[in-house]
Amino acid sequence: MSTFDNPFDPDRKLRAGCVCGQHRSAAEHEQATALHCEPVASEETRYEGVVASAVMRAMFPQDVARRAFLKSVGASTALAALSQFFPLKTATEVFAQAGTPEKKDLKVGFIPITCATPIIMAAPMGFYAKHGLNVEVVKTAGWAVIRDKTINKEYDAAHMLAPMPIAISLGLGANAIPFAVPAIENINGQGIVLATKHKDKRDPKDWKGLKFAIPFDYSMHNYLLRYYLAEAGLDPDTDVQLRSVPPPEMVANLRADNIDGFLAPDNICQRAIYDGVGFMHLLSKEIWDGHPCCSFAASREFITSAPNSFAALTRAIVDATAYASKAENRKQIAEAIAPANYINAPVTVLEQVLTGTYANGLGGVKTDPKRVDFDPFPWQSFAVWMLTQMKRWGQIKGDVDYKAVAEQVYLATDTKKLMTEMGLTPPASAYKSFAVMGKNFDPAKPEDYLASFKIRKAS
Amino acid sequence: MTSSLRLRAGLVSIVLLAAFLGIWHLATRSTAPVTTMSPEYAKLMGLTATQGKSAMPGPLDVGAKLWEHLKRPFYDNGPNDKGLGIQLGYSIARVGTGYLLAVLVAIPLGFLIGMSPLLSKALDPFIQVLKPISPLAWMPLALYTIKDSSVSAIFVIFICSIWPMLLNTVFGVATVRKEWINVARTLEVGTIRRAFTVILPAAAPTILTGMRISIGIAWLVIVAAEMLVGGTGIGYFVWNEWNNLSITNVIIAILLIGIVGMLLDQILARFTRMVTFPE
Repeated sequence: MSTFDNPFDPDRKLRAGCVCGQHRSAAEHEQATALHCEPVASEETRYEGVVASAVMRAMFPQDVARRAFLKSVGASTALAALSQFFPLKTATEVFAQAGTPEKKDLKVGFIPITCATPIIMAAPMGFYAKHGLNVEVVKTAGWAVIRDKTINKEYDAAHMLAPMPIAISLGLGANAIPFAVPAIENINGQGIVLATKHKDKRDPKDWKGLKFAIPFDYSMHNYLLRYYLAEAGLDPDTDVQLRSVPPPEMVANLRADNIDGFLAPDNICQRAIYDGVGFMHLLSKEIWDGHPCCSFAASREFITSAPNSFAALTRAIVDATAYASKAENRKQIAEAIAPANYINAPVTVLEQVLTGTYANGLGGVKTDPKRVDFDPFPWQSFAVWMLTQMKRWGQIKGDVDYKAVAEQVYLATDTKKLMTEMGLTPPASAYKSFAVMGKNFDPAKPEDYLASFKIRKAS
Repeated sequence: MTSSLRLRAGLVSIVLLAAFLGIWHLATRSTAPVTTMSPEYAKLMGLTATQGKSAMPGPLDVGAKLWEHLKRPFYDNGPNDKGLGIQLGYSIARVGTGYLLAVLVAIPLGFLIGMSPLLSKALDPFIQVLKPISPLAWMPLALYTIKDSSVSAIFVIFICSIWPMLLNTVFGVATVRKEWINVARTLEVGTIRRAFTVILPAAAPTILTGMRISIGIAWLVIVAAEMLVGGTGIGYFVWNEWNNLSITNVIIAILLIGIVGMLLDQILARFTRMVTFPE
C-alpha cells in the first residue's frame, strides 16, 4: 500500500489494485500518474494528512485491525481521538519545518524568461518565505555570467539551462565543478519562430542556407533545433548557420534581418509575434511533448555545506512548480512576474505564454494549455538523452558513462524523498522512455540510440 | 562682441536641436492602423503590429518617460528594479573607487619612473603592451580570478584609467625644464623636497590632463562592464530595458550617461585650470 492512501478510509481496498482502481498494483498506478503534483486542498492539510497517516499506521501496523477500528468508530472520531493524545498540530508544524536552514539569506540568479517562472514567482508569492528562507532573486545578463557567478559562490543556486549543470560537471566550456539539479523548472514552453517573410517556407527541407539563433551551446534549444533540422535531412553544422545569441537580441536581430529565425525560450517567441516581426512556426512541444528546458541548479559544495538550506530551497521550488502547474493560477502568476523587478515584459505577452491562448503571428489565435508546463521531477533519462545529443554533435568526445553522469547530476532520489515528505506523488523510477518526433528513446540503450542517427558530427 | 557671438551660437544650437527633434518626430510617426486584423487577435498583439506604430519611439514618448523617471529618481522595488538616481549613484561610486585606486597607484609610480631614466626604459615595453588592451578584455580574467563581480567591475575601471595617468605623469615629470631642476640642485634642495616643490607643480598640468582623459575612459567603460556583470548601475539599467526591448528607456539612459560624463569631465577641467601656470 502506498504512503498517500488515506488510512482513515475503511473501504480502501487492501490487497490487489491501486487507489483509482484502474491499475493492477499501486506501483503501476504511481508510474501511470507519474508526477503530476495533484493539488491537495492546501499545504497544511497535505502535511497534516501525511503526519496523521504516519501516526495511524504506527498505532495499527496491521491493516485489518486498523480497518476494524475505523469501521467501528468512524474516521472523524478516530482522527479526533488520535489528536486527543497525540499533538498532531505540533507534529505537523515540526514536520513542515524540517531541519533549520544553516543559511537563511540566499541569493538565486535567474535569466528573465518564462522558464524561470517558479524561481521568480516564489519570491513575490512567498514560497521561499513559507519555507523559512529569505531569498533574493537576482536578474543576470546571460548564461555564461550566471554560470560564473554560481561557480564563484555569488549565487547560492541558480536558474540554468537543463544541460548546463551536466556540461559544468563534465568540464565542458568551464572548469569541471560538480553541480547538481534537484528540480526541473519547466517542460515545453519553447518555440521555433521565423521571420514573417518566410511565411510560405513552412517545410524545414527548404531551409538550406538560413541563419538561426539559439540561446546557448549547452541548451535544449540547440539540441532540439539540430534534431528537428536533421530529421528534415539538413546537417545543422553545414547546411544552416546556428548562432548563440542572447534572447533579447534575437527579436532585434530578427527585425534587422540578421537572422531568419530562432528556437528560443518563451516570452521571446511571443514577443517577436507581439512586435509583429515573426510568426510561430512550431511549438517545441510538437518536437518532444514534455521535454525539459531549464533547471534549478546548485553546486555540490553548497549542498554539502548547507543541506537544510538546500532542502528548504528545493521544497520552495517544488511547491512553486506545483502551484504553477495549475492552469487556473497562470494569470495571477503572469501578473506577479511581469514587473521590471522580475521578467520586465508586457503582461499580455506573459499571459499568452502561460495560459496558452496566443496569437500565432499569421492572424490566427491558437490555444494549447500545455504550451508551457511545470513539472519538477528531475528524470535521469532526460540527462541521458542530453548526453547522447552532446555526443552526437561533438560536444563530448570519447566514451561516456551515461548512467553515472545522469545519477550524479540529476538528483532524482533526493527529490523523490523530499516530494514524498511533502505529500506529493513522485514517480517510482527515475528513468522513463519517451518519443522525440515519433522516435522512441530507451534510456537503457543510449549507444544504440546514438548510432541510429544518420546525421551526426563525425567523431 | 563676445556676448553677441555667444548669443548667436546659442541660437544656432537651439535651431539645430529643434530641427533634430522635428525630423525625429516626423520619422517615427505611426502609419495607418492595420484594419485587417480580427479584434480578438489584435488584443493579443502589440501596438507596433496593430497601430503601425514605429519600433523607434518618438521624442514625445521619450520626453514623457523621462519626466516619469525624473519625478521619482530614487524608488527601490527590490534588487532588480531601482530608480535612475540610484543606478547612476552605483555607477558613479564604482567609477570613483576604481579611479581613486588608479590615482593612488599611477601618480607615485609615474613620479618614480619619470625621475629615473633607467626604470623608464625598463618598464616602457610592458606599459606599451598593456596600454592598448581593451579594458573589457580583462573582464573574464577578472571574474575568474577575483571571483566577485562587483570587485571585478572596479578592477576593470582601475586597469583602464591607470594608463593615461601613468603615461602623462611620466611624461610630465620627465619633461620638467632642466633649468628649474638645476636651480634646485644649486640651492641644495633634497630629493623629496625637490619632488614636491619643483617637479610636482611643474608637472601638475600634464598629470591633470592624464586624469581628465582617464575619467572619460572610466565612464565609457563602466557602462559596458555593468551590462556584462549586471545587478546595479546605469549599464545594468540599459541592459534590463534592452531585455524588455524598451528603446525609450535606452534612449533616456544614453542621454543621462552623456550628461554625467560631461559633468565629470568639467570637474576635472576645472582642476586643470586651477593648476595651470603661465610660462
